[in-house]
Amino acid sequence: MSAPAMGTRKTAHTDSSNKKKKGPGTLAIAYLVIYNVVMTAGWLVIAVGLVRAYLARGSYHGLYYSIEKPLKFFQTGALLEILHCAVGIVPSSVVLTGFQVMSRVFLTWAVTHSVREVQSEDSVLLFVVAWTVTEIIRYSFYTFSLLNHLPYLIKWARYTFFVVLYPMGVAGELLTIYAALPYVQKTGLYSITLPNNYNFSFDYHTFLILVMISYIPLFPQLYFHMIRQRKKVLGHVEEYSKVE
Amino acid sequence: MDTLALEATQPKKAQNGAVAAAPGPPTPAKRKPAKKTKKAVVFFEVEILDAKTKDKLCFLDKVGKILPSFSLHGKSLKDEDVLQHLPVGTTATFYFRDLGAQISWVTVFLTEYAGPLLIYLMFYFRVPFIYAPKYDFTTSKHWVVHLACMCHSFHYVKRLLETLFVHRFSHGTMPLRNIFKNCTYYWGFAAWMAYYINHPLYTPPTYGEQQIRLALTVFLFCQIGNFSIHIALRNLRPPGSKTRKIPYPTKNPFTWIFLLVSCPNYTYELGSWLGFTLMTQCLPVAFFTLVGFIQMTVWAKGKHRSYLKEFRDYPTLRSPILPFIL
Repeated sequence: MSAPAMGTRKTAHTDSSNKKKKGPGTLAIAYLVIYNVVMTAGWLVIAVGLVRAYLARGSYHGLYYSIEKPLKFFQTGALLEILHCAVGIVPSSVVLTGFQVMSRVFLTWAVTHSVREVQSEDSVLLFVVAWTVTEIIRYSFYTFSLLNHLPYLIKWARYTFFVVLYPMGVAGELLTIYAALPYVQKTGLYSITLPNNYNFSFDYHTFLILVMISYIPLFPQLYFHMIRQRKKVLGHVEEYSKVE
Repeated sequence: MDTLALEATQPKKAQNGAVAAAPGPPTPAKRKPAKKTKKAVVFFEVEILDAKTKDKLCFLDKVGKILPSFSLHGKSLKDEDVLQHLPVGTTATFYFRDLGAQISWVTVFLTEYAGPLLIYLMFYFRVPFIYAPKYDFTTSKHWVVHLACMCHSFHYVKRLLETLFVHRFSHGTMPLRNIFKNCTYYWGFAAWMAYYINHPLYTPPTYGEQQIRLALTVFLFCQIGNFSIHIALRNLRPPGSKTRKIPYPTKNPFTWIFLLVSCPNYTYELGSWLGFTLMTQCLPVAFFTLVGFIQMTVWAKGKHRSYLKEFRDYPTLRSPILPFIL
């Protein structure tokens, strides 16, 4: 997948991709461009699907079912990004990326898919819309960056939209998990009770509550990190334009 | 910083060719009455910089013997290093790094081991508020549960005693935040394991007495092995010293594993916990064993690499933690 051996040759993409010594080779960059284009397209499909379903039904309710399959496919596909970091063709931390992707995958499969009763909740639409807009911008950002032709609009969008989308997504996620709680407790979903041969127990209901609580320390940290990034990335451009 | 500035003395005339290269510009303001000594004294100019910002923290223009715990050319100096014996001329640049709040290794070890010992016993004696009230202060009807308590407690008592009387630590201190991290790990896992083993609904091992006997044998064998290694490592090092030598098998058969492994203390530790897992047939114990194994493997690989770097004649047959495998 990656060809770090080619990295010694200077490519036109060296400034935009990363400042690591090794850096991705040309083959890796080609692969990443394809990956990001496909993901952009995929989330666009979801966006279009949502709009069409809304227009057809005339209401916001139950739109999840019209985009369920592409949502699952493309959100799960993001697991590849962990691999990209692990292999080194993307300069992000494996742990951080892993954490972010896993939390999305968890919401998609372990909550929304697993607890059928929440699929008609409006909170699902809330996070699906947040994710869709975020991902379309994010993946086009990566695509253009890799090709070294990043329109300022995309960069601006990536570092500005999150201000609204992030809290919106978090709200949708929390409300969805909360809605799932009674059903999980009633059915004992994913739970193991004593006694059993391996002397182990797991209460998924309690686990979901702990997940919700974990948002309290985690969300502000991630949010303010993005705010700081915004100042750094967009701040510079304002300075340069002043110099001109 | 002034405490480091020793008496400024005129460099004496060389006696045995130990040339005292005169330090740079004269500083009359700092002169104190010279101490008459007969030996030739070499003085040093020392510049102390912050390791990160390279700001000049202080400049010592006439330094005699000084014991810095700083770093030189990127490699940390030890507390016992003497300026005179370092590979520098009479001008040296020291980089000073603030290690942050520190705590002694002994304190950390005692705290992190005392926790599991006490916590497990609380679950064993079924102290109130853990299990349903009707079980308060009752004891398990399974004899393996009593055996497990004895083994677990023995293990941590052994660790506490080793910390006090056996281990010879290379470093005096570690960062303060480690005590919170380490205690969370040890205490958390101890509580998690103890909860299930001492639970009223605990299920004894599938293969009963056979399984428990085998597990106990493995456990005891590895406990003795682990202790033997600790003693062997201790004996490599004279009291109060921090010397490093290659460990070799001794007369004690439990140390013969040194032929195949660099860190047999970790190998035996893994074995002990595998034994305990088998004895209790408890998944949380298996998790604890797995996580511990991963951490010990990281440490063993690091130690193995250090050995290879430091000793040219390091035995090639040895693996870090598992013979021939890892």
